[in-house]
Amino acid sequence: MVGEAIIKVVNLNSYFGPLQALKNINLEIHRNEILGIIGPANSGKTTFLRALNRLNNLNDTYSQSGEIFLEGQDISGISDNALRKRIGIIFALPQVLPVSIYNNVAYGPKVHGVTDKKTVSEIVENALKKAYLWDEVKDRLDLPAPRLSGGQQQRLCIARTLAIEPEIILYDEPCSGLDPISTAKIEDAMEQLKENYTQILVTNNTKQAARVSERCGFFLMGELVEISETTALFTHPKDQRTDDYVTGRFG
Amino acid sequence: MSTARGREKAAFIILGFATLLVVLPIILTIVYIIKNGFSAISWEFITQSPRNGMREGGIFPAIVGTIILIIGTMVFSLPLGILSAIYLVEYARDNAFTRLIKLSVVNLSGIPSIVYGLFGFTLFVLFLKLGTSILAGALTLSIMSLPVIITATKEALEAVPYSFREISFSLGATKWQTVRYCVLPYAIPGILTGTVLSLSRAAGETAPILFTVAAFYLPRLPRSVFDQVMALPYHLYVISTQVPNMPAGISFATAFVLIALVFLMNLVSILLRAHYRKKKQW
Repeated sequence: MVGEAIIKVVNLNSYFGPLQALKNINLEIHRNEILGIIGPANSGKTTFLRALNRLNNLNDTYSQSGEIFLEGQDISGISDNALRKRIGIIFALPQVLPVSIYNNVAYGPKVHGVTDKKTVSEIVENALKKAYLWDEVKDRLDLPAPRLSGGQQQRLCIARTLAIEPEIILYDEPCSGLDPISTAKIEDAMEQLKENYTQILVTNNTKQAARVSERCGFFLMGELVEISETTALFTHPKDQRTDDYVTGRFG
Repeated sequence: MSTARGREKAAFIILGFATLLVVLPIILTIVYIIKNGFSAISWEFITQSPRNGMREGGIFPAIVGTIILIIGTMVFSLPLGILSAIYLVEYARDNAFTRLIKLSVVNLSGIPSIVYGLFGFTLFVLFLKLGTSILAGALTLSIMSLPVIITATKEALEAVPYSFREISFSLGATKWQTVRYCVLPYAIPGILTGTVLSLSRAAGETAPILFTVAAFYLPRLPRSVFDQVMALPYHLYVISTQVPNMPAGISFATAFVLIALVFLMNLVSILLRAHYRKKKQW
């Protein structure tokens, strides 16, 4: 199943100071797919993800060359705020703000100028439902978010991202700190979100990539070694290095 | 085993003794001041002007003067110090130039207060022709307080986890929204504590106000910001060294009122911090 490209990355090179983190990355991301990205630590997965919504630029030493197109438009012509509203991200560790569950989710709409209380609470409810968290927290929306369990916090982060109504959701090893049941819940949520969102999942867990993604890319030392249909990548990898990694011979 | 225990005991004694050496003089000073000055404190002492060459009456104008100077210092130094610290931490890029600025700010807080006094006298009193006035004094005290306020605010901002900013940026918030909603609320306790401490230090300083605002004897309240005022630290200096046959009780009572004022300010800062700490959840 080949959809139309929503993101196109052309000759992307990334640097932190003198260190090159990404080397000449070219790839397309299809609308409504879940693209898995696997690779060992320091392979550039996270840098690639954060290049898409320019979070890398928060680091003063970061620089990059090449182009990234979002629906045909070069993202360098889009402001940080507008870009990040369209491309949301879930971080590796659940990172909630030390405010209530409600205010965590309402923060996004608030900074994007939604002031009507009724609208905001509708957005919050919808986002929590889509992230499969509503039933667990609907009676205690005023509870400080840090009191939730790790898995609940991570779903809260998903809800918070959904509340800004992005087109694309980036996941940066979203389950690395979670137990298998919480992981399953997050994967369920991702499966449901496929209908309306394009999702990119960076993961250290190759099995998770195999379970969840439709296409999968393998990064190694800043290079995109191989990208193809997930089943093909795992059963008939074209590159020896991919084969070594997915079969567990290294990494 | 036994030598380890012996060393443990020695460490305990040395550390405890060092702490005692620090705390004891402070306690003795306060006890001494209270013992000698408390009898001279009365309603009249706090609400009346000095009489008979300051040997009788109260210190009301000096109390009011000091409070006015604290408020004036607050008005000038608080917004300026806090805003520039926000700029340095949140907005300025980390390069050699900003590092130089940060280093200078830290070093400025080590400059002796008499230097600030002379600087204020030259700049505000003479060059800007403000004369010896509340305005000149408050500005001088502000310049002196700024490095401490900036440093305290900077540390409070840097203590806020970076992830809060990252969350906010990742949701498409602007820099100012991020600072306003995800950084400042969590830095306020630290900012308040540092600021109040610097203001209480300003309240007790003599050197910066010596040439810029303090009146030797002015038994009335100021009429405008261009008036001189009496101030507690300078008044204390005057009655202790410049007035012959001064009843000792009055000097000690004045010192007591000054200490009480500073203590009151610190108390406010402690209470505020406790209030905010209850809300802290990370």
